[in-house]
Amino acid sequence: MAHGGGGSAMRDLIEDVFLSAFSGAGHAPPEDQARFDLSALMAHGDRLAFTTDGFVVDPLFFPGGDIGTLAVCGTVNDLAVGGARPVALSCAIIIEEGLSVETLRAVVASMAQAARAAGVSIATGDTKVVPRGACDKLFITTTGIGVVRAGLDVGIGRARAGDVVLVNGLLGDHGAAILNARGDLALDTEIKSDCAPLNGLIDTLIAAAPGIRMMRDATRGGIAAVVNELAEASAVGVKLDELSLPMRPEVMGFCEILGLDPLYLANEGKILAVVPADEAPAALAALRAHPLGQDAAIIGEITGERPGRVVMRTRFGGERIVDMLVGDQLPRIC
Amino acid sequence: MPNGKGGAEQIEVCGIVQGVGFRPFVYRLAARLGLDGDVRNAGDRVIIHASGPRAVLDAFAAALLAEAPVLARVEAITRRPAAVPEPGFRIIESGAGTVSVGVVPDVATCPACRAEIADPAARRHRYAFTNCTDCGPRFSIVTGLPYDRPATTMAGFAMCPACRAEYEDPADRRFHAQPIACPDCGPRLWVEGAGAPAEANPIGHAAALLRAGRILAVKGLGGFHIACDATCETAVAELRARKHRPTKPLAVMADLATAHGLCTISADEDAALLHPSAPILLLPLKQGAPLASGIAPGQHHLGLMLPYTPLHHLLLAETGRPLVMTSGNRSGEPQIFRDDAARDGLAGIVDAFLMHDRPIARRLDDSVARTAAGAPRVMRRGRGLAPVPLPLPQDFAGAPPVLAMGGELKNALCLTHGSKALLSHHLGDLDEPATGDAYEIALADYTALFTHRPQVVAVDLHPDYRATRLGEAVALARGLVVERVQHHHAHVAGAMAENGWRRANGPVVGIALDGLGLGEDGTVWGAEVLVCDYRTSRRAARLSPIPLAGGDAASREPWRVLLAHLDRALGPAAVAGDPHLASLFAGKPVATLRAMVGRGLNAPSASSAGRLFDAVAALLRLAPDRLSHEGEAAMALEAVAVTEAGTPPYPFALRPEAGLTEIDPAPLWQALMQDLHAGRNRGAMAAAFHTGLADVFATVAAHTATAEGLATVAVSGGVFQNALLLEETARRLRRHGLTVLVPAQVPANDGGLAFGQAVVTAARHMG
Ligand SMILES: [Fe+3]
Ligand SMILES: [Mg+2]
Ligand SMILES: [Zn+2]
Ligand SMILES: [Zn+2]
Repeated sequence: MAHGGGGSAMRDLIEDVFLSAFSGAGHAPPEDQARFDLSALMAHGDRLAFTTDGFVVDPLFFPGGDIGTLAVCGTVNDLAVGGARPVALSCAIIIEEGLSVETLRAVVASMAQAARAAGVSIATGDTKVVPRGACDKLFITTTGIGVVRAGLDVGIGRARAGDVVLVNGLLGDHGAAILNARGDLALDTEIKSDCAPLNGLIDTLIAAAPGIRMMRDATRGGIAAVVNELAEASAVGVKLDELSLPMRPEVMGFCEILGLDPLYLANEGKILAVVPADEAPAALAALRAHPLGQDAAIIGEITGERPGRVVMRTRFGGERIVDMLVGDQLPRIC
Repeated sequence: MPNGKGGAEQIEVCGIVQGVGFRPFVYRLAARLGLDGDVRNAGDRVIIHASGPRAVLDAFAAALLAEAPVLARVEAITRRPAAVPEPGFRIIESGAGTVSVGVVPDVATCPACRAEIADPAARRHRYAFTNCTDCGPRFSIVTGLPYDRPATTMAGFAMCPACRAEYEDPADRRFHAQPIACPDCGPRLWVEGAGAPAEANPIGHAAALLRAGRILAVKGLGGFHIACDATCETAVAELRARKHRPTKPLAVMADLATAHGLCTISADEDAALLHPSAPILLLPLKQGAPLASGIAPGQHHLGLMLPYTPLHHLLLAETGRPLVMTSGNRSGEPQIFRDDAARDGLAGIVDAFLMHDRPIARRLDDSVARTAAGAPRVMRRGRGLAPVPLPLPQDFAGAPPVLAMGGELKNALCLTHGSKALLSHHLGDLDEPATGDAYEIALADYTALFTHRPQVVAVDLHPDYRATRLGEAVALARGLVVERVQHHHAHVAGAMAENGWRRANGPVVGIALDGLGLGEDGTVWGAEVLVCDYRTSRRAARLSPIPLAGGDAASREPWRVLLAHLDRALGPAAVAGDPHLASLFAGKPVATLRAMVGRGLNAPSASSAGRLFDAVAALLRLAPDRLSHEGEAAMALEAVAVTEAGTPPYPFALRPEAGLTEIDPAPLWQALMQDLHAGRNRGAMAAAFHTGLADVFATVAAHTATAEGLATVAVSGGVFQNALLLEETARRLRRHGLTVLVPAQVPANDGGLAFGQAVVTAARHMG
């Protein structure tokens, strides 16, 4: 693919790849902006949610997904964990000169498919091709808007002692899949990314636990990062139970060999939710009833002890601190 | 004043002279010599006003030094003429506003108290909480200052008239003994669990349980112990199983006569055992010593301590056996010191509890020491040693007060004030939540007890040490400067300061042989020759780095570092083609580790002596696939090596690289493989490794000293807890004509790190 600034090659590309892929959204011919009917949006809730994220991943394609799936799911999930119903995304793509049209087509097809699965439209977009070396193959930025349900107030600072911490399924799959896909680690396991849009799952969760305090998608930094942010923001202690963490044996084995802590591995289809204790059974049942929550589990509780600290009861019955890492997991044992 | 005539003097005594029975000692001494005058506490000193014949005053001053109470440390006596006092000699009470400093450590039961509990006629016969001004609990019961009874955990015990009379009589050895107690008014013992309580004789009950092979929690001075009969194979095996502690050696408590039957003990070691701090001392085990084989599997040394409270004396005497006395905790967690936590945490481990009702104010683990290179060396600074201040070299007098946070594991913190440093007791590993709590309590505790207001906070370079984080938070909250000190610079600076090296003396050559510490270049260090003064440090040499595939996992699984060393020294093909190695690595994910190294995936580069020990131990099949405790592999290697000392050292190669001398272990690995194929004895190989490492570092340090025009070498780092390595290194350095500075009171491991951080920081903030 040759780069250029809005010339005919680019127009052809947009016509050929994007409009055909996203035609379901029904926004042709392309304007410089997407337009929304406010009264239609207001039927969904009373506040607008707005988020953006850049996606760079190596490799572009990995077991369980590719950069296109990630770019849609990531933004959809960022909207959904705020209690919003995702409505539409924009998509800006930076392409390195020389990327094959087939590759682009495959990525765009994934985006279209993920958008369909999430029930959102990709309403506007932009594409640039840059010289070789100016980017690495393909970068995507998606921005999304959604509408927050009236009366729902979820936030990282809302957890209270006695609340219950849940996740919707197996942890660490995405991070392990990416590391494994990056080159031959001589391991005969194929771990798949869990990349998925979670807005449907979150709908059922909110219906089952209307008093829900907070949700976060446990992406970069894994659930360790989320629980630490939550402990700090809510000024509470978090107590996790290692034995109840849902994890594939393959992922545990992978982490053991690589010396990685699965709590810090990225997920792309997992949320961590905090609900009041009396809503926990219903929340768990609702998650488990959803296809993306079959392995959901209660993994810990919010306590009044050691505000700001996350402690995990280990499988051996001891306790250890789970903290946020500043450095690059450099050895701490002297 | 003419010689021989009478006169009056004011005599000031500085040092550790408060809370140690110094004023009653002065009183008795003055009475004995017939002097008039008085004595009082003033700040950190005692001021005596005395009159009498000049010769008697001289004798008095000499005796102040020579006969001072065991707990006192007299640093200076100054005398000046004064007005003649009233006749008689008095102790003047500390007035309001007098700052009382100097909390002293807990002290092992003195001979007088021991005699008393053994005397059927004495009112403290068999009383487990007997103490006097020369002995007993101190730091473990202190809750505030000034140090007197209401500010201790004895506050809830009202003295009976008999104790009160002793407490108030300046001639009594319990004059102002704050923890004074007797069976009528003091703490009580009882047994919980294991059948009906035997209220009348809890010690007899506990001893009977121990003799029957049961496992007991014993509430002691600074925490709970788990005890069992050390001669009982099944009891020891059961204790290990319940505590999930497969191999880590267990400490044993025995009386001195029994101890001599278990270990070979030199006169110096006898003195170290009998020291008022009563540490656990690592001692050579005698062949066929009557102990259960599970006490210290594979070790040639035993961690042994003498009884240090009346409770221990009575329990040992009634049991008639040496006792395992291991810290009361669940595996890997800090020692428990609160009753409820013990009932909760030890319930699955012990059959019964021997409890008492004197609260423990703070957890104080037993101190651990060993003799090496001619002196006792502290490995863990705890009960009996903390909080004795350590003197800094004289030219630190003007330093700003520093708070040093220490490292991640074996943490202790350190405060400096002028030319004194207060290195805290062992707090533990900061990945433990309970240690984290203890750390924050200790921080509040030490700064309050010693009215310390730090101006600078010293931390390690490692951003993810919890101590670093906490230090940054403390600095932020108080608006203080943070000073970052490289790990091995701190280790070496600690050795310098403890040995009185002055700032004005300039740089030394440092040898840091350690586990892992973050270096200035972002890679991990742990085997360096440094040229450093207190403020700055520069690497002159390093062991060749290897990739640590798996990061911290490589410190737990020695075969990972063995693979890295062999791949580097011999190449992957040689490793694959060797049948011995093939069997060593059978079933291990060798290809994955190599791929991680190739991709730089969690494989940080490290130059570590500790990991070299692990690798050699793994090659000699002296290390399990996964270590169950830190230092396990190195201890096993030292244990076999000592039997074969004197063999020629293994070679290392030296070459310049990137401005450093690179100490390349490739020839070591070639020699090891040759010897392995030749079927050479493991003990000889382990010994040749120790001497080889000592040789090459001593040689490089000597070259560095010559090049830099220096004559002093300071050595430190956790690997130097290895006595054989320390002795071989120090001997070679001295043979090169160099002066060697070795830590003794300050642990060479990370337990001493804060002390080094503190002196570096103090020096950097002194113009
Ligand atoms: Fe260290
Ligand atoms: Mg995001
Ligand atoms: Zn005594
Ligand atoms: Zn009494």
